[in-house]
Amino acid sequence: MPPVIIPVMNFALAAPEIFLLIMTCIIMLVDLYSAEENREGRLYFLSLFTLIVTAIMLCMQVSAAGDSAGIGFAFNRMFIIDGMSVLLRIAITLSVAMVIVYSRAYLAARKLFSGEFILLILFATLGMMVMVSANHFVSLYLGLELLALSSYAMVALNRDSVTSSEAAMKYFILGALASGLLLYGLSMIYGATGSLDVTTVAKIIEGSRANDPLITFGLVFVVAGLSFKLGVVPFHMWIPDVYHGAPTAMTLFIGSAPKIAAFGFIMRILADSMGGAVGDWQNLLIIMAVLSLALGNIVAIAQTNLKRMLAYSTISHMGFLLLGILSGTKSGYSSAMFYILSYTMMTMAGFAMIMLLSRTGFEADRLEDLKGLNQRSPWYAFLMLMVMFSMAGIPPLLGFWAKLAVLEAALNAGYTWLVVFAVLMSVIGAFYYLRIIKLMYFDAPLDASPIIATAGFRGLLAVNAFGLLALGLFPGALMTACLNAIQRSL
Amino acid sequence: MQSSSLILSMTIWVPILAGVLTLFLNSDQQKNAARWVALAGSLFGLAVAIPLWMNFDNSTAAMQFVERTSWVSRFNINYALGVDGISMLFVLLNSFTTVLVVIAAWEVIQEKVSQYLAAFLIMSGLINGVFSATDAILFYLFFEAMLIPMFLIIGVWGGPNRVYAAVKFFLYTLLGSLLMLAAFIYLYNVTNGSFDISDFHRVALSQDVQIMLFLAFFASFAVKVPMWPVHTWLPDAHVEAPTGGSVILAAITLKIGAYGFLRFNLPIAPDASHALAGFMITLSLIAVVYIGFVALAQADMKKLVAYSSISHMGFVTLGFFIFNVQGMEGGLVQMISHGFISAAMFLCIGVLYDRVHSREISAYGGVVNTMPKFAFFAVFFGMANAGLPATSGFVGEFMVILGAIKVNFWYAFLAATTLILGAAYTLWMVKRVIFGEVANDNVRTLTDINGREMLFLSVLVAAVLVMGIYPQPVTEVMHVSVDALLKHVAAGKLN
Repeated sequence: MPPVIIPVMNFALAAPEIFLLIMTCIIMLVDLYSAEENREGRLYFLSLFTLIVTAIMLCMQVSAAGDSAGIGFAFNRMFIIDGMSVLLRIAITLSVAMVIVYSRAYLAARKLFSGEFILLILFATLGMMVMVSANHFVSLYLGLELLALSSYAMVALNRDSVTSSEAAMKYFILGALASGLLLYGLSMIYGATGSLDVTTVAKIIEGSRANDPLITFGLVFVVAGLSFKLGVVPFHMWIPDVYHGAPTAMTLFIGSAPKIAAFGFIMRILADSMGGAVGDWQNLLIIMAVLSLALGNIVAIAQTNLKRMLAYSTISHMGFLLLGILSGTKSGYSSAMFYILSYTMMTMAGFAMIMLLSRTGFEADRLEDLKGLNQRSPWYAFLMLMVMFSMAGIPPLLGFWAKLAVLEAALNAGYTWLVVFAVLMSVIGAFYYLRIIKLMYFDAPLDASPIIATAGFRGLLAVNAFGLLALGLFPGALMTACLNAIQRSL
Repeated sequence: MQSSSLILSMTIWVPILAGVLTLFLNSDQQKNAARWVALAGSLFGLAVAIPLWMNFDNSTAAMQFVERTSWVSRFNINYALGVDGISMLFVLLNSFTTVLVVIAAWEVIQEKVSQYLAAFLIMSGLINGVFSATDAILFYLFFEAMLIPMFLIIGVWGGPNRVYAAVKFFLYTLLGSLLMLAAFIYLYNVTNGSFDISDFHRVALSQDVQIMLFLAFFASFAVKVPMWPVHTWLPDAHVEAPTGGSVILAAITLKIGAYGFLRFNLPIAPDASHALAGFMITLSLIAVVYIGFVALAQADMKKLVAYSSISHMGFVTLGFFIFNVQGMEGGLVQMISHGFISAAMFLCIGVLYDRVHSREISAYGGVVNTMPKFAFFAVFFGMANAGLPATSGFVGEFMVILGAIKVNFWYAFLAATTLILGAAYTLWMVKRVIFGEVANDNVRTLTDINGREMLFLSVLVAAVLVMGIYPQPVTEVMHVSVDALLKHVAAGKLN
C-alpha cells in the first residue's frame, strides 16, 4: 500500500483570509436581518472593522511568518507568505478600507450603499489577497477571477445608468478575453514544464529550459493577459471607458487596490516563476512601457473629463511601473513596489476629490468643475494641488521619489535611452496636471455652492493628501520597507 | 572647517515656517496680521543669515557651516548643507531681497494677501536651500519645489496673459531639470551609490560621458539663466508676474542658473567645459549683443528690463567660460550687482504701475515734474544698469571685459558693446518716461513716493554704491573658492 501523503495545510498562515471570509458571510446575514434605517451604519462599521482587524492580523505576520528567511507555505504550497505578500496585503486592506470611507456619502446619496456593494468589495479584497500570496498557477487564477467577477458586478451596480452598464459590459468582455489569454499561456507553460507550482516552474525554467520555444510562446500570452489587468498599452482600451462610465466610487476602487494586486500577480508570475526567462519578457515590457508612457501622457492632454484624464494618467503611471519591473533586479522590483504604493495613495486622493465636489444628481467629473476651487475652499484646493504635483513627480512630494526610484532602477539596468524618454514624457504629463492647478487657482468658479463632507471623509482626505507631503519629506521608511519585503521574498 | 551649526538650516526653515504661519491668516480681517508676520519672518530670516557673513572663513575653499544627516538611506541621500565663497553671498542676497519684496507688497497686494506673502517666504527658504545643498538630490528637491510657489505667484497675481506665462515658465524649467535628474542618477551609479556633489566632482569620466552630462546640466541651467536661444520664457514671465515676482525672478532665480554652471557643469565635466567653451561663449555674446538690440526695441518697460537682464546674464556666462580669475569673479560680482539693480528697476516700474496701471513707455513722460524724488531713484538705477563707474554695475562688467581681453580681443570688444547698448536702451527709456513735458492727465495727477517706497529704494541705492565703490570685501569672500574651482577645471578629469 503506497504511503498516504497528508498535505501540509498550515491554516494558521491563512488566518487573515479566513477571518475576512467568515466576516463577509456574517455581514451578508447582518444585511438581511437589519432594518432599513440602521442598515447603512451597520454595514459601514462592520466592514471597516473587518478590514482593519484583517490588517492588524497581517501586521502580526510581519514578524511571525514562516521560517528563518521569513517565508511560509500553506495548503500544500499553493499559498505563500513572504515579505512581499504581507506588505502588499496590508496595503490592499487599508486602501479598501479607505475606499469604503470615501465612498459612503457618495453612494448613499445615489442609493448604492447597499449590502451588495460591501459584499462585492470584500470578496474582491479576498481575491486580491489570494492573488498576491498564491504560489500556484491555479490559486493565482482563482484569486484573479474572484477579484475580476466582483469588479464587473461593482461597475454594473448602478444598473439604471446606461454608461455604467456599457462600461461593465466592456470590462467584462475584455476581462474575460484577457483571462483566456492568460490561461492559454499558463497551459503552455504547464505543457513545457509539467508543473503548475511557481517554485517548481521557476527551477525548471532556470535550468536548461529557458530557451524552449513553448515557454517563450506561452510567455507572450501570459504577458498579454497580465498587461490587460495592469492596463498598459496596447491592452489599455478598457481603462478610459470603465473609469469614465463606472460610478466614481467604483472607479476609485478599480484604480487603487486592484493595481496593487495586479503588481503582486505580475511579480509572482514573471519574477518568481519565470525569472529564468527574464531576457524574454524584458523586451516585451520595454515596448509596452514606451507605448504606455507615450500614449498615456499625450492622449491625457486632449481629455475634458477628469475621470478620463486620470484614466490616461493611470496608463502612463503603469508605464513608469514597468520601468521598475523590467530592470529584473531585486532593487528594481522594490522600486516598482514603492511606485505602486505611492501611485495608489495619489490616485485615491484624486478620485476622492471628484467625489467631494459631486452632489446628488451631479457628477463633478468635468475639468471645468474644478474651476476656482481656491476661491471656494483654499484648503481643498491646496490638497488637490499636492495630489497633482505629486502625480507630476515634483518634489518634495511622494510621486517624485517613486519616479526617482524606478528611473534609478532602469538606468542601473543600462536603459539610459528609456530613462531619457520617460523623462521627456513626464514633462508632457506635467502639462495636464498643471492645467488642473491652473483651473483651481487661476480661474473664477462656475459654481459657488458650499462643499459639504462628513468628518470622516474630510479627515481621511487630509491625511491622505498630507501623507503625500509627509512621505515626500521622509520617504526612507517606506522605501526600506519595500526593499526588505522584496528581499524576504522568493 | 567650522564645527557643525544650524545656521544654514535656519536660513531655510525660518522663512518656510513663517510662510506656513502666514498662510493661516487668510481672512480679510487678518490682512495686516499676515503682513506683519511675513515682515517679521523675512527680517528674522535675514538676521539668521547674517552670521554667515560674520563668521565666514575667507582662507578656505572647503564647504563651511556644514550640516549632514542621513535622510533616505535606501539611496544614500543625505540632508547635507554647506556654503563656500561662491554660494554664501547668494544666501545673503536672497534673504535680503525677500525683505524688500515683503515691504514692496505692503499696500499693493490686496487680494489673497496671506497666500501671496506665504508663497514668497516659502520660496525664499527653498532658494536658500538651493544655494546651500551639497547633496544632489537635496539640491534637486529645492530646485524643483521652488517652481511650485513661482508658478502660483505668476498665475494668480500676474497680468492679463499670466496663465500662458506661468505654464510656459513651468514646463520650460521642468524639462531642463528632469534631464539634470537623469544625469544625477547616472552619476549616482558611476560613483557607486553616492549623491554627494563633491563625489561627483572627483569621479573620473570619459570625454563623451562628460559631454553628455554637460549637455544635461546645460539644459537645466541654460533655461534658468536664461541663455539665448532658450530665453523666451523670461520676457513673458517677467511681464506677467507681479512686481515681487519679477524682483525674485530677476534678482535670484536667474542666479541659480549661473550658480548651477559653477557648481555642476564646470567641476563635474571640466574637459567638456573646455571643449564646449567656444559654444558657450558664442551663446553668451549673442545674448549680450543681440538681446541688447532687442531691448532697445521694447515698448514695455518690464520687457525692456527683462531683456536687459538676459543681456547682463550673458556677461556672467561669458565670464565663467573664459576660465580666468577676473572673468569668474567678474561674473559673480555681476550676478550680485544685477541682483540689486534689476530688483531696483522692477521696483521702480512697480511704483509707476501701481499708480497708473500701465507698463507702456508711451503712457508716461515728464514724470519728474510730479514725482521728483522718484525721478532721482529712477535715474540713479538707470545709470547703474548702464554700468556707470562707481555703481556696482560697472565693477562686474569691467572685470569680465578685463578677463576676456586676455583670452581674445574680439570677445572683449563684443562684450564691451554692452556699455553702449546698455546705456542706450536704459537711458532712452529713462528719458522717455521721466523727462520731457508732462504727457497726460495720469502723469499730472501722480503722487510722489511715500516713506515705504523711499525706504526700500534707498536701501538699494546704498547697496549699489557700496558694491560699486568698495567691492573688495565681496571679492575676498569668493577669491579662494574661485581659485580652487579654476585649478580643478584646469586639471581635468581624463585619466
